[in-house]
Amino acid sequence: MKSILLLIAIVMLVDGQVPYERILKAHSEPGNWLTYAGDYQAHSYSALDQINTSNVDRLKVAWMYQTGVIGHFETTPLVFDGVMYITEPLSGVTALDLRTGRPIWTYKRPLPKGVIVCCGLVNRGVAVLDDQLFIGTVDAHLVALDMRTGRVRWDVEVADYKAAYSITAAPLVVKDKVIIGIAGAEFGIRGFLDAYDAKTGARAWRFYTVPAPGEPGNETWSGDSWKTGGAPTWVTGAYDPEANLLYWGTGNPSPDMIGDERNGDNLYSDALIVLDADTGKLKWHFQFTPHDTLDMDANQVPVLVDADFRGQPRKLVLFANRNGFYYLLDRLTGEYLVGKQFARQNWAMGLDQHGRPIWNPAAVPSMEGSLVYPDDDGTANWFSPSLDLQTGLLYQNVREKGAIQKRTTKSLSFEPGHLYMGADRLPIPGEEPWGALRALDWQTGEMRWEFRVHTPPWCGVLSTAGGLVFSGTMEGDFFAVDAVSGKLAWRFQTGGAIWSNPMSYMSEGKQYIVVAAGDALMAFSVDR
Amino acid sequence: MTRRLKFLAGFVLVCGLLPGQESELVQPKATPEDRAEGQRIFGTQCSYCHGPKGEGGQGAVLAVPRLPRAPDDIRLFRVIRDGIPGTKMPASALTPSQIWQVVAFVRTLGRVEESKLTGDPVRGGQIYATKGGCERCHTIGGHGGGIGPDLSDIGTRQNAAQVRTSLLDPDASVPLDFLQVRVVTKDGHSFAGVRVNEDSFSIQIRDLSNQFHSFWKSELTEISKEPKRSLMPSFRSTLSAGELDDLIAYLESQQGGK
Repeated sequence: MKSILLLIAIVMLVDGQVPYERILKAHSEPGNWLTYAGDYQAHSYSALDQINTSNVDRLKVAWMYQTGVIGHFETTPLVFDGVMYITEPLSGVTALDLRTGRPIWTYKRPLPKGVIVCCGLVNRGVAVLDDQLFIGTVDAHLVALDMRTGRVRWDVEVADYKAAYSITAAPLVVKDKVIIGIAGAEFGIRGFLDAYDAKTGARAWRFYTVPAPGEPGNETWSGDSWKTGGAPTWVTGAYDPEANLLYWGTGNPSPDMIGDERNGDNLYSDALIVLDADTGKLKWHFQFTPHDTLDMDANQVPVLVDADFRGQPRKLVLFANRNGFYYLLDRLTGEYLVGKQFARQNWAMGLDQHGRPIWNPAAVPSMEGSLVYPDDDGTANWFSPSLDLQTGLLYQNVREKGAIQKRTTKSLSFEPGHLYMGADRLPIPGEEPWGALRALDWQTGEMRWEFRVHTPPWCGVLSTAGGLVFSGTMEGDFFAVDAVSGKLAWRFQTGGAIWSNPMSYMSEGKQYIVVAAGDALMAFSVDR
Repeated sequence: MTRRLKFLAGFVLVCGLLPGQESELVQPKATPEDRAEGQRIFGTQCSYCHGPKGEGGQGAVLAVPRLPRAPDDIRLFRVIRDGIPGTKMPASALTPSQIWQVVAFVRTLGRVEESKLTGDPVRGGQIYATKGGCERCHTIGGHGGGIGPDLSDIGTRQNAAQVRTSLLDPDASVPLDFLQVRVVTKDGHSFAGVRVNEDSFSIQIRDLSNQFHSFWKSELTEISKEPKRSLMPSFRSTLSAGELDDLIAYLESQQGGK
């Protein structure tokens, strides 16, 4: 019997089978990367330590892969069983042989005319379950691919791309379901989070992030404004298997940057929503930026932590928000525990005892233009933070950039598929925006150190058991700093702007650090 | 969505609106309402680079009578729809009717008041080469220095009033790509010039004699930047009113070799 089980296990491994249990126990195979942020807790942390502070100065390019596709290359690869799976702009997927970096197959998405995406036809990654990969596409479909061939198993419409719904996020697989978020809040979509049966593609549930009349929260929208209320879900969330809860950020209310016709808090925009993974029912929510007129999407990655906090074991969720505040919440109840400013901001006078912001009335878009920090790209954005529980630090890239926010219209009318926003961002004369990789004490949000970079970054962060933190810049520098001191340990000029999250894997006994830069994927290693 | 990169160049793409699909190129008659809507769209989509009134910045000046890449409305439509490959001008996420509204608005930008050119461009050319000393820093038709902007097509990018402002008050309109910097090395040497490039770890400058210098920031003790200071002197007191008019007429005649 034992030998049969062993044989089955070997066959599964050879066939690249990734059952749910394997993703659940991702920590037991640190040489692989099985889900968007490395694990369900979304730590974006690698337990590999072969590359470390003593040898990182010898880190060199081991192989590269060029997509040949123009556009921001925002992928976070998955790696398992000797193969890497990346996504490319235009919703493509490529499988790469880890020994050589050579492609095994490529899936090109045949896109229809007139796909509308605010910020590029990008994609951030695939999810895996059993022998299938899943990709959300910019024409708002969810597609299952045969892992071995890249051929389509099923392809379902999530929403109508002609109404400016699109998908750029990596899906998250939970049990037998594929969870996928939607984008399009510049165009007046009504946001939602969906779950699909991984085998058939049938939709299992949908949670609308803007409640309809009769549902709790609808009273936070005036008139019919809920119908076009935005609140998209375009960055992959986290999952607590024990509580069976999904943690997912939502984006700006629509219309964007102008709030006159949607009076109220506009739930559940700019919030952390917590849903039952089986049913999609809302368990609790925490809204960071009520009645947003500055585009302060909470489309960041929530980070889950089980640890002692103020002397007691707690289940917690950390959230470094686009609005410039770091939040620490109880993961089961939503209780607000910590709120701490971690970047320059002037839109809020502070947070009250419940974590609700006290708005600065001078820092909203006006006809004459208002000075606002941060600008509408935010302090944080989709790029991942990284949590290292050894150092107790959350590493977060920060954009230090303000804007003159100027209203362009007194009122707006809605047409499906058309821009639905009412302000313009102008640069602040004479001010050069900058950025920093910051290390925050995860328990307090206090900054321990920062590593400044020339311009505001669009790169995620990877911390490793080797005592290193990796990140990159818009000028193409990929670098590592010491996780404790923040001192520069290594750098490499990639020649292309970095719009991706670094990750790490091990192949044939050797650790690699990977990042997408320009339209090249680069894998670095140390010669032994 | 990935948010508001929309204002930065190169990020917005519309799939499928390829140059071959020309049925949408039938221009509707623009109404005042269309121009107003075009202005609103321009405000949210275009003005970050082109300026709210088309006065330029990171993107081309649009407040000129003739757009070199879009001399007629159909070509302007195509530029907005498809972008300009190899530049920061992205393809647009707008529908054809919205693009036509933007076209209608952009055409109003070119109707900015034009100062009448009273100078003699031939005399202006001589001033440019001699008394003005412009060739030392600027290039026209492949001749001249590289410290200041190439002026070979300045007549298509700036109108006479804008050129006059630049000549009289250079500090008021320093181009973004010509930031003046001064660096001091650890061994005490000082270098001043125009920033060619900068990243988190290095900076490159071109000095007044066109010499290129590259530094690791770790080699430097000081980097000072003067974003509101131009290396160009004001010609307010060095050129007469007539000479200034001649020089402006010469510069406005520079149309990019056409």
